[in-house]
Amino acid sequence: MSTSTDLLLDEPDDGPLDEGPRALSPRELGRWAWRQLTSMRTALALLLLLALGAVPGSIVPQAAIDSSRLATWQEAHPTLTPIYERLGLFHVYSSVWFGAIYVLLMVSLVGCIVPRCRVYWRAFRHPPPATPARLDRLPESRRITLGGSPDQALAAAREALSGYRLRDLSDSVAAEKGHLREAGNLLFHLSILVVLGGFAYGSLFGFKGGLVVVTGDGFSNTITQYDDFAPGSFFAPSDLKPFSFTLEKFNVDFITSGRSFGAARNFWADLRITDRPRATPITKRLAVNHPLSVDGTDIFLIGHGYAPHITVRDGSGKVSYSGPSVFLPEGTDFRSFGVVKVPDATPSQLGLEGEFYPTYAFTHDRGAFTVFPDAMNPAMSLLAYRGDLGMDSGRSQSVYVLDKTAMKPILKPDGKPVRLDLKLGETEKLPDGLGTVSFDGLSRFVKLQISDAPGSGVALGGTLAGLAGLMASLFVRPRRLWVRASEEAGRTVVQIGGLDRSSGGDLAAEIDRVSAALAGALPVQDEENR
Amino acid sequence: MTKAGYELFSLQAVVAAGVLYFLAFLAQLASRPPRVAAVEPAAEQVLVGAEGAAQAPATPVPPVESVRRPVLARLGITLLPMAALVHLGALITRGLAADPVRVPWGNMYEFTLTATFAVIATYLATMRRWSLEWLAPVVTGFVLVTLMADSLWLYEGVMPLRDALQSPWLVIHVVAAIIATGAFCLGGMASALYLLKERWPGRLTRMPALGVLDQVAYRMHAFGFPVWTFAALITGPIWAHQAWGTAWNWDPKEVWAFVTWVAYAAYLHARATAGWKGSRAAVLALVALASLLFNFVGINFFFGSGSMHSYAAPVVRLVLG
Ligand code: HEM
Repeated sequence: MSTSTDLLLDEPDDGPLDEGPRALSPRELGRWAWRQLTSMRTALALLLLLALGAVPGSIVPQAAIDSSRLATWQEAHPTLTPIYERLGLFHVYSSVWFGAIYVLLMVSLVGCIVPRCRVYWRAFRHPPPATPARLDRLPESRRITLGGSPDQALAAAREALSGYRLRDLSDSVAAEKGHLREAGNLLFHLSILVVLGGFAYGSLFGFKGGLVVVTGDGFSNTITQYDDFAPGSFFAPSDLKPFSFTLEKFNVDFITSGRSFGAARNFWADLRITDRPRATPITKRLAVNHPLSVDGTDIFLIGHGYAPHITVRDGSGKVSYSGPSVFLPEGTDFRSFGVVKVPDATPSQLGLEGEFYPTYAFTHDRGAFTVFPDAMNPAMSLLAYRGDLGMDSGRSQSVYVLDKTAMKPILKPDGKPVRLDLKLGETEKLPDGLGTVSFDGLSRFVKLQISDAPGSGVALGGTLAGLAGLMASLFVRPRRLWVRASEEAGRTVVQIGGLDRSSGGDLAAEIDRVSAALAGALPVQDEENR
Repeated sequence: MTKAGYELFSLQAVVAAGVLYFLAFLAQLASRPPRVAAVEPAAEQVLVGAEGAAQAPATPVPPVESVRRPVLARLGITLLPMAALVHLGALITRGLAADPVRVPWGNMYEFTLTATFAVIATYLATMRRWSLEWLAPVVTGFVLVTLMADSLWLYEGVMPLRDALQSPWLVIHVVAAIIATGAFCLGGMASALYLLKERWPGRLTRMPALGVLDQVAYRMHAFGFPVWTFAALITGPIWAHQAWGTAWNWDPKEVWAFVTWVAYAAYLHARATAGWKGSRAAVLALVALASLLFNFVGINFFFGSGSMHSYAAPVVRLVLG
């Protein structure tokens, strides 16, 4: 924390610039702008801007993170939505202005590091600079008078300064230590670029996909098998590794007693994986926090739920829908919501929508609810609709939402909507000869994420190198010390001066140490502290 | 002991630690500083110096051993390790109360209990070496008030950890984040004192010179910053990658961890930038601390289910996402 910092490393000064934007030639103007951009002050301003710019993304829902929350938000704020849209507030981290801030910061960083590397390299190859004429002008200095000769004093000083890079001068010794600080600082700033490069590479050449798999079902790694798929700009479908798996088994234990009653614990899935076409399948266990890596692609278990088997027979008695249907859990109790679409039913298309209760219970105050998240008394309560499911219109539809614009609730003779309350194994009839619905069985499903981010190793290496550099930058104390000895009236006057560049520096103690060592090696005559 | 027994013990230990902190605090307030006279010349030295902070002596005024300290002052300091020990006991039994036994970082109450402990532990670890006795009332007062608020408003019963939280990375990540939080809180106290003392030079005579305050603030922040980097930008993403499949998702908690990191980087830069040394840097340090504390407490309340890090959110929420 000294003002004489620049004495140590003649890095570009960040003080006010003398050339103002007067009548400058374009070249001068360019250079002036570049100096401005790569100044410490600009770096500081850009850092603060970056921090500020990141904030809105935590307040306004982000399209890339939670699109359903965004939709709700947009519905609730019809006037703000177009304004926010224009400002890019729904995708802050890919918006132009956020990008501009960090690109500027990166340019500033490169413009800052490159000259500093040059300066550092020069300083590294040169011996410590010669002793300044007036050591008492340095931020920290001592003057002691000793017995013995000046040469003895300098020899003792060299001894005391072991660990420093030394340079012998005629009447003095120059010593320098702590080059690693600047090296660490440069390494840290360079690592920022490496880390960002690694992440950028990963997001350009990688992909991320989500899918739901019901136990017993299989998956092979092609785009069409994903429920949602987000490729990087340079991702080619042929980059997908040709593996496949079946979900053999999924386990979840729910705690049945004690204070954590109902909490899920210990969930895992066994995948039977064929990592290459025609390879022998092997079973591997996948659990939360324990992703599987197949051929460089990572598989994560990120959720689970129930998939009741529903069979719909239409008016003609033909099975027009059958199989496990994924019901999405709505909370930790695993009350789940799901939809069944039966486009092939005659005389009219059918849609079912409703809730699944793993351990069904009913009271008059609460209505239907589930007592426990495990499937101890599974039941469903569904509303039935008839009409046009809207699946032929060509618009893409979510499998979890029933488009009711052209559907009507099916009514009982008394005019109330039909509610199908089904326990496992039960079948109920729809009125008007529309068919029957049965609840035949129960499976579980898992929600998986599969992703590949090449370059994450680079990013990780970069962060670790950056951390090492940062520690060197913060904890190494670069300092220069000079010891000059001269003879005055038969005695040796020793002057010690020092310069510390580190912010936490404590140079006085070091100078005390050196002067104590000198005083120990030579008989003391007199001491005066400046 | 039974699980409920441990939980009760933990609660009582918190109360006991609070009482000890309170007594320490009273003793610190009631005792005059060791030697007011020993401190003031240093303060004046700085005030007349043209460079302000830059001219201050690098080491704080050494405690004058020859002067017998008032009993109260000694009590104010010696009660602290005892309080901290009881505090630690509260933390450990809180972990033992869980079924299965786990680290005591399952919810806000437990985080705050641990973070206050980190503050006091960091303080005690550095107090002698950096001669920080003068900071004792500020630290003790802070810990006391935070513990009270924690017990009053954030208390929750012991619950098991969600599966996503059961990972060795939780331990590493959270330990680092909490240590950094402790150091940043101490650094923030020094920065705040710096600003107060600069604003009202005549007031805080018990506190050391501006230069010392600035240096202590820097040391705390310089220690906290790499630890925070490790917690927020290294182990956090590694753990998120394992648990959720995405190293960095711009989740609100991540956003604010990043904002905090950038703000502290700006603080470190400010100290090296002409015109930003001293008070502006101190203001930045406090802004960074505000963002840290907001992330610690605020995110869970204001963003609730919007954040994957909200400990109230069920893991199944991810299925809907
Ligand atoms: C991506 C943005 C950046 C980040 C996160 C960052 C972070 C940091 C951090 C944490 C330090 C503290 C280390 C220390 O005190 O030694 C530091 C120091 C430094 N940074 Fe940056 N920096 C960034 C960009 C820049 C830019 C653009 C410049 C060029 C103007 C720059 C120049 C410096 C210098 C000269 C130091 C040394 C300060 C000192 O001696 O204390 N940084 N940086």
